[in-house]
Amino acid sequence: MSLLALSDITIRYSRLTAVRDVSFSMDEGEILFITGPNGAGKSSLLRAIAGVTPVAGGRIDLAGHEITGHAPENIARLGFSMVPEGRDVFGSLTTEENLLVGTGMHARERGWRSRAAGELEAVYATFPMLKERRHGQAGLLSGGQQQMLVIGRALMTNPRLVAIDEPSLGLAPNINDQVYERLIALRAQRQLTLLIVEQSSARAMMVGGRMILMRGGQIVLDGDARTLGNGEAIQAAYFGYEDH
Amino acid sequence: MLQILFDALSLGSLYALGALGIALIFGVMRLVNFAHGDVIAFCVFALLWPSTDAMAIVFAGQLPWYLLVPFVLLCGAGLSMLCEIVVFRRFRKANPATMMIASFALGFVIRYFLLMLFSSRPKSINLLPELSQPVEIFGARLPLLQLITIVATMLILLGLTVFLRRTRFGLEMRAAAENFSMARMLGVRANRVIMGAFALSGALAGAIALIFVAQTGTADIQMGAAIMLMAFIATVIGGLGSLAGAVLAGFLLGGASVIMQVMLPIDARPFRDAFVYGAVILVLLFRPQGLISARGTKERV
Repeated sequence: MSLLALSDITIRYSRLTAVRDVSFSMDEGEILFITGPNGAGKSSLLRAIAGVTPVAGGRIDLAGHEITGHAPENIARLGFSMVPEGRDVFGSLTTEENLLVGTGMHARERGWRSRAAGELEAVYATFPMLKERRHGQAGLLSGGQQQMLVIGRALMTNPRLVAIDEPSLGLAPNINDQVYERLIALRAQRQLTLLIVEQSSARAMMVGGRMILMRGGQIVLDGDARTLGNGEAIQAAYFGYEDH
Repeated sequence: MLQILFDALSLGSLYALGALGIALIFGVMRLVNFAHGDVIAFCVFALLWPSTDAMAIVFAGQLPWYLLVPFVLLCGAGLSMLCEIVVFRRFRKANPATMMIASFALGFVIRYFLLMLFSSRPKSINLLPELSQPVEIFGARLPLLQLITIVATMLILLGLTVFLRRTRFGLEMRAAAENFSMARMLGVRANRVIMGAFALSGALAGAIALIFVAQTGTADIQMGAAIMLMAFIATVIGGLGSLAGAVLAGFLLGGASVIMQVMLPIDARPFRDAFVYGAVILVLLFRPQGLISARGTKERV
């Protein structure tokens, strides 16, 4: 059974239809890139899965539960962790407080405190820089550090599926390489399922895995990132010139 | 001199506590709660037995102080949470202007409910009369009540700071105040945080009610509106949503009122409030974002 399944999802903002009848599913352990030009509906789709944007039609299932229309805090409890576009660190909180916000939802379970402390050490081991700045204000971290903080924060909830919206946005290319290096290492280490939205398909081709290309609120291509990457089909799909 | 300082601090305490009650709720749901003043009035009348007579029939006001204080705080918290459940919860997705109008309407409902039970005549109550004894400190004679007001306010501020900084619930509230939907995506329960903010804000309203009644000895259904106005101004000057700013601005407003009362020429004193509000306009011209601008006051989607 798939971990995440979307069927016929439609998202509207008043009269504008951002996403139209999109269906796809993801298996446990998969890495999936959703790429496409600005306004293709990629971010809307992620926000709909997270429960912060309502869907106008269709159904979403996560880990065997229907989650269409559910509150974000309940979707998070099923193991979905979101790193939104623009990173959204809590700037006035310290680095460590940012990491701890997401551990509260396990507060009813036994031994959550020691598990949270263990998670914290694991995140610090992956991102030693965060440990150095643990008591500093998160708003004062650099863009790359903030990106690592929000990835760490997403991991603190002990998720099954992590969705990341445009991790490259506003980062220098070498910093971006570092972010991806850590992500891939983390994925191998924890058997994470990753859903990554990127505007360009270049990163997906480099990392490999599955890629979905969206344009105008619909899926135009779905396949292996590396095979899709070599060909004119992807250019045509991205820019939208079909038969000449 | 000392007398002026203490007057300023005790008036500032009232404004600071009021401003804090508004800023707490604004922080988590972008609602300017104009019903807050009427929650204060409700707490005052909770001390009395309903009657339209001019003579107040003191009811809960007769309790010893160690029961009286929790009773009034619980009244405030209870009414405030009831407002959340019955009214504000339905407006959660509405825009801030709609919520503000709803809070005005709710305030009037509470005020007219009190009017129905108690009539509009102000009543006098003598609450905890032993507190009006003067005490002598550094050669100045100060009412004991003023000292207690200041000490109690400091304790409340300290307690709230510890609560927000050191507890898990406080952490969740600060995160939610900064970015509500991000906090929810990390599993923070929206209802729990908002309910907590309303409970705290209502308890603060109860504290103000106690201080105000003990100071003035009257219960008037209009009284909430007067404090509310000053408290609202303090939250705006402080930077909407910033708790530290609200407290700072509350004390500044209290200080400005008292200092102008003393410094202005006798003829100008009746116009003290005009001078205070003039100063408010000046502050806002130079710092439109408030003294301490809050992060994350961006619209939540």
